[in-house]
Amino acid sequence: MENTKDLLKRLISLPGLSGYETPVREAIADAWRPLADEISVSPLGSLHALRRGQGAEPRPRLLIAAHMDAIGLMVSQIVDGFLRITEVGGIDARILPGQPVIVHGRRDLPGVILQPSPRLLPPHLGEKSAIEMDYLFVDTGLTPEEVSALVRVGDLVSFAQPPLELGGDTLVGHSLDNRASVAALTACLEELQHRRHLWDVWAVATVQEEETLGGGWTSPFNLRPDLAIAVDVTHARGPGVNQDYRAFGLGKGPVLGWGPNIHPALFKAFKNLAERLDLPHAVEVMPRHSGTDAIAMQVVAEGIPTMVISIPLRYMHTPVEMVSLKDIQRTGHLLAEFITGLEADFVAKISWED
Amino acid sequence: MDPQNLPLDLLERLSNACGVSGDEGEVRKIVLEAVKPLADEVKVDALGNVLAIKKARGEPALRVMLAAHMDEVGLMIVDEEEGGLYKFEIVGGIDPRQLPGKPVWVGKDRLPGVIGARPIHLTTPEERKSAIAAESLRIDLGPEGGKKAKPGDRAVFATPFKVVGPSVMGKALDDRLGVATLITLLERAPSHLEFQAAFTVQEEIGLRGARVAAYTLNPDLAFALDATPANDLPTWDGSENTTYNARLGHGPAVYVADGATLSDPRLVRFLLQTAAAHHIPYQIRQPGGGGTDAGAIHRQRSGIPSASVSVPIRHAHSAVAVARLDDWANTINLMLHTLQALTPDILAPERS
Repeated sequence: MENTKDLLKRLISLPGLSGYETPVREAIADAWRPLADEISVSPLGSLHALRRGQGAEPRPRLLIAAHMDAIGLMVSQIVDGFLRITEVGGIDARILPGQPVIVHGRRDLPGVILQPSPRLLPPHLGEKSAIEMDYLFVDTGLTPEEVSALVRVGDLVSFAQPPLELGGDTLVGHSLDNRASVAALTACLEELQHRRHLWDVWAVATVQEEETLGGGWTSPFNLRPDLAIAVDVTHARGPGVNQDYRAFGLGKGPVLGWGPNIHPALFKAFKNLAERLDLPHAVEVMPRHSGTDAIAMQVVAEGIPTMVISIPLRYMHTPVEMVSLKDIQRTGHLLAEFITGLEADFVAKISWED
Repeated sequence: MDPQNLPLDLLERLSNACGVSGDEGEVRKIVLEAVKPLADEVKVDALGNVLAIKKARGEPALRVMLAAHMDEVGLMIVDEEEGGLYKFEIVGGIDPRQLPGKPVWVGKDRLPGVIGARPIHLTTPEERKSAIAAESLRIDLGPEGGKKAKPGDRAVFATPFKVVGPSVMGKALDDRLGVATLITLLERAPSHLEFQAAFTVQEEIGLRGARVAAYTLNPDLAFALDATPANDLPTWDGSENTTYNARLGHGPAVYVADGATLSDPRLVRFLLQTAAAHHIPYQIRQPGGGGTDAGAIHRQRSGIPSASVSVPIRHAHSAVAVARLDDWANTINLMLHTLQALTPDILAPERS
């Protein structure tokens, strides 16, 4: 079986921008097929994989969702063979100048994002100004004629940063938000192969989280789980965010969400479990919403008790996102332990006051 | 030379090599290996310049210096913080706006690292209007990257070279294109003149290598072979771009005047006549700022007639520059024909 690192390196080498997840979905389906009893694709393109439990029917259902879509760019205009771009998902334009990209035209074209020289920019932009995305260009190195033949407005542009291994189980690349969580789900499914669990488990790789939460709304409606868990990334401490309460130690374990988007009984169950397992973890307070698929999942149909588990990641929404493989494995293990410990009447016994 | 015969393997090795100003060793090694079989005399001087001389067959011959700088802009680590994070300073002219979100190679062992940026989620819209200050950035070797690098180590953008259609993309094309050109010219050096190749150091921090190289070589005249920015992008408001400096696909850029040199008109005329005679496309680089090794060479000793010829490149001094293969081939051709036709007569009239 492919290990977590190799799987993740493969997943972050594939495009799959929000709304256009097919390339990465196919790779995830390949990884999940041997681990699941049933596998299907939703009308919006989310991947649903069922691992049946051993409890008596009708079995309760757990949904674990990790979004597979990635942020990126889209061609908005073509001028003299240069491409103007707009964002898919939230991108700080200040990370774009000099960035290698792949333009998904009639064929994949390597390119680089250019920051025009000062005299080609509006006079209000000085040396200390950020250059807005509207003023940047992608250069494919091709002639204007070749570009017209190969590229159209609306074509996707993804980051070209290949996976980079740093020492100490650390991996760098684009789209680790949220392919890291897809890898954690895969690790969980692998662990479940050898373990008994009463509940049905639906592992779901959702679409469009970065734009509309499209998968977060529709997959829970389709599957009607009794509990839902969103697995996503959160900020790791690092340059400029060392003192921020919203950031957590890289390599210091999964982060359990707490706030109105989280069912208190689920939080408590995970917190107790992590302590019992002696598994390093942290708690992230989320005063409003969680910024994950759980925003939607919690209020699907009659409402679903939800939980958010996050993997710390540095430099979110840049092409050099950084995660610790240890955190991914621990997250998978925590999920598997939770699933194997779920009793058939768990939902009947919990209330918001817990 | 046709674009398909260009020494792309050599350029690839040179572009991928790390050689921040003052630390040109990796490039020097490639250069020495290439020039030793080609030159009559090769030496490395006190600053690290490689000087390779191919003597003329007859005497007295015109002594022609050709300079291309080996160094590139980059970074130097200046301090270590906890957890594999390193403070750095910029060496040479890198716009700090080029730094965030880039992988880097650190030190002689090319440790992989990254320069990240604060996540957009933790910034304010107001903050995003200002450039990210270089002082706020760190090179990150990962949480277990402590003690792996040390102050004084250099870092460069980790950009592998590639050929893309009619173009090449890579780091340090300024001036590894010039270095590869100079090696190619040395291979084909005409025998009627003394060919003095200077692969110089520290161009990016003040043309320091070229200054001493020109003293040592004491040439009759000199050409600097460099790369010059092609600012040939559309303007923000669609008006005519009048400040393009040079344009990709328009051939070698011949300098009349830049911020450091007023080229010798005899050499400029000779270059342009040669281009016309051999139907080689060329462009005059727009007069203005910037500079090449010629800025130091022409003021050495009693004065050395000098001119510069550059391959135009987009996005110089960044992680990825773009150059056209045909511009490079035409640069080599222009210089080959120029050298073949050069005689002492060129300096017979006074400068005018």
